[in-house]
Amino acid sequence: MAETSKQTISIREYPVDEHPDKNYLNHDKGILSWLITLDHKRIGLLYLGSITFFFFLGGVLALLLRTELLTPAQSILDADTYNQIFTLHGAIMIFLFIIPSIPAALGNFFLPMMIGAKDVAFPRLNLASFWIYVAGALFALFSIVTGAVDTGWTFYTPYSTETGTAVVSMTLGVFIMGFSSILTGINFIVTLHKLRSPGQAWGKMPLFLWSLYATAIIQILATPVLAITLLLLIMERVLGVGIFDPALGGDPILYQHFFWFYSHPAVYIMIVPAFGIISELISVFSRKTIFGYWAIALSSLAIAFIGFLVWGHHMFVSGQSELSSVVFSFLTFFVGVPTGIKIFNWVATLYKGSIDLKTPMLYALAFLFLFTIGGLTGIMIGALSVNVHLHDTYYIVAHFHYVMMGGTVIALLGGIHYWWPKMTGRMYNEVWGKITCAVIFFSFNMTFLPQFVMGSQGMPRRYFNYLEEFQGLHQFSTIGSYILGLGFVMMALYLAYSLFRGPKAPPNPWGARSLEWMTSSPPTHHNFEYTPVILHGPYDHHQPEHEFRMGLVSESKETHG
Amino acid sequence: MNKIIEYLLPPQRSTVASEVDSLFMFINVAGFILFAGIMLTILIFVIKYRRKSEDDVTPVITHNSLLEITWTIIPIILILIVFAWGFRGFMTLSTPPPNAYEIQVKAASWLWEFEYPNGGTTLNEVFVPVDQPVKFIMRSDDVLHSLFIPDFRVKMDILPNRYTSIWFEATETGQSILYCSEYCGSGHSAMLATVHVLSKQEFEEWLETGLEVDEDMPLADLGRQTYTAAGCNACHTLDGTDRIGPSFLNLFGSERTLTDGRTVTADEDYIRRSIIDPNAEITAGYPANMPSYAGRLSDRQIDGLIAFIKELHD
Ligand code: HEC
Ligand SMILES: [Cu+2]
Repeated sequence: MAETSKQTISIREYPVDEHPDKNYLNHDKGILSWLITLDHKRIGLLYLGSITFFFFLGGVLALLLRTELLTPAQSILDADTYNQIFTLHGAIMIFLFIIPSIPAALGNFFLPMMIGAKDVAFPRLNLASFWIYVAGALFALFSIVTGAVDTGWTFYTPYSTETGTAVVSMTLGVFIMGFSSILTGINFIVTLHKLRSPGQAWGKMPLFLWSLYATAIIQILATPVLAITLLLLIMERVLGVGIFDPALGGDPILYQHFFWFYSHPAVYIMIVPAFGIISELISVFSRKTIFGYWAIALSSLAIAFIGFLVWGHHMFVSGQSELSSVVFSFLTFFVGVPTGIKIFNWVATLYKGSIDLKTPMLYALAFLFLFTIGGLTGIMIGALSVNVHLHDTYYIVAHFHYVMMGGTVIALLGGIHYWWPKMTGRMYNEVWGKITCAVIFFSFNMTFLPQFVMGSQGMPRRYFNYLEEFQGLHQFSTIGSYILGLGFVMMALYLAYSLFRGPKAPPNPWGARSLEWMTSSPPTHHNFEYTPVILHGPYDHHQPEHEFRMGLVSESKETHG
Repeated sequence: MNKIIEYLLPPQRSTVASEVDSLFMFINVAGFILFAGIMLTILIFVIKYRRKSEDDVTPVITHNSLLEITWTIIPIILILIVFAWGFRGFMTLSTPPPNAYEIQVKAASWLWEFEYPNGGTTLNEVFVPVDQPVKFIMRSDDVLHSLFIPDFRVKMDILPNRYTSIWFEATETGQSILYCSEYCGSGHSAMLATVHVLSKQEFEEWLETGLEVDEDMPLADLGRQTYTAAGCNACHTLDGTDRIGPSFLNLFGSERTLTDGRTVTADEDYIRRSIIDPNAEITAGYPANMPSYAGRLSDRQIDGLIAFIKELHD
């Protein structure tokens, strides 16, 4: 504890000023003060706004696809439009929504607060990341308007070098966005190393930060490979250099290796931050110390590491050598172990807790249900012989929606509800929150469970037309997706209401212990008007709350300046 | 349980199917038990340890080595079993028996061409003998495709720059569907073929007679036969509705507007050109995704198609 520190420092409690006149939202006024803000909280909100927009866009596209699939033959779209829409749905959801979602939005907002810092290490770089992301997104939007892309989000060659659509601008967009991801990663790593408050050893960091740390490592190491791949693809298309296209002397399997070398670790860029949120939610709403802190923290790093060695499991039937397939399958299963460990630790945390089923906790439980299905079906498709049958069928589609949506998006929603009072200073309506969570949970299963069945039965993915025998399941899935859409509309409504009319939020509505709750809701411009000092772990619910509001005595006056 | 698995999977019609299915079943059952166990535990905890008052105090439990070792070891054992089992099946799938009957497969956007050892070819239909290992040696004419026969549990990508192969031994006679499962553009979901499994004797007979085009058949009948045999029906209907391409109903003699603005009359010449070099003249409002049949259909088959299309008027 504090005694172990050699230096003598004096600390005292800093009670929270519940509703300060100036907070980060009204600190500066005007549109420009947002667009060129260096405040990590505002940048976080800029991201949150952008990803919400892209989630909406990607969601509308998904509903169009599902509507087309109501009948086995053409109904509302023609084949080419359908192909463009599923490509855009995938590319938008992956590159514009889910990759930046938790780290860039919630991470930006809460990472500095959770370590008691006033901002990230490089605030200007942080703003630059956001604008780079916007630039990339504009390129992507531009390619939608000028001829669309119909390659699938994977841009497999040689189709992507031959098709007449706007592949170059789309890949350029993704290329640019990659830099945003890399820079955010660097910023987070440096911030975590350098700006933690006195007393906050690594072992006292909230697990959300460990997950962001692991994610940042993957972002830095894997994204450059995507950048190289896309650049090579652009070179091939524009300059005719033969790299991936056999017509020019290239090799399409090489492209797949390159692509998955990034895109498999990217799956962990998407899911690992979600693990972090779930750890926070489970502990706080059970009001109990997290079980297996180090197991959870280090398993994130283990996943990040093993995640680099398994990309070939996307390619068991691609024509890569059988030996590679066998090795990749073997390694793949070992991602399952740390993932399983996390789930068991979360369940163990519930034991003898004081469980409060508030909306964020409902999302955490929904996550455990859906993500476990996603994980177990991952074991299924990691098995070589079964994979041969299930590869490129709806089984895969269902599997990654359970992981990405049932996992990441559900955790994101849990996180948004959890931190909503902190970000906006308002409470949302619990009753509507719970109803909506239930609607989303059931309709999600209604949408994607049938897809496991169709996939096992042999329905290939990316099919515009299909055999009549699949119509029943497809229609069931489509109806589920409509209800799912409705769930999100409901959420938008009650959150919008809360934004304007919701009751004012107290600083720590959930009785949490981590630092972001030890300041006002919404926080002031500098987060803390003093240098916080950390005495206890972030989940030490057995310690009195006021001991989590300690700060350095001496510095308190200077920081006001 | 068996009922469920039977519903989930296509019929088992090859020798490897049952091995693949038993692993599928094992993972489902083991996974379900694990899943149900976890969910039940959560449910019990959530009910039992619901917050009773705002002053609830919870015990500090940070870890438990025995428990943690258990839940690390058990999954490791399970995944090793699954790995080994999947590996075994995969080895079977990737090792064709030496006596396999070889058929050359050419995938092109968007049709399948099968060539038999005697030189005969079929389009979008393949005939194989039952109880005899069959090996497909596959190559693509253009982009990536993938050959997938759910009933046989086999799938393999097809590349333009090298051969890949697949093998199976069908266990019962009948028909099975063959899909392209690697996305390949507009006609991807129309790139289907039928696998006809014949008894050994029927297959021998078919090799003798089935491959020959019946020269005596009246032209229009030959055209009707070619319309399905060559897979035109995947994209062209006969009842006036659009599928991927325009319907053949009332096509002959009509004025066609092309994407470059010209109009042409759909006469015999035009239809012939459309079949042999479809992308030279694209009908406005449709994608340029019809495969070329140059060299794939005999002159008489094309004449037959023209005669057949001519008759389609309401
Ligand atoms: C993968 C889908 C596909 C298949 C298979 C296909 N076509 Fe087409 N076909 C099209 C499309 C799309 C067009 C319209 C664009 C164009 O003119 O190329 C078309 C156009 C045509 C036309 C010109 C019609 C017009 O409106 O001017 C004829 C004739 C034709 N096809 C005949 C055939 C025949 C005969 C076969 C079978 C041997 C066949 N097609 C197989 C997609 C297909
Ligand atoms: Cu194909």
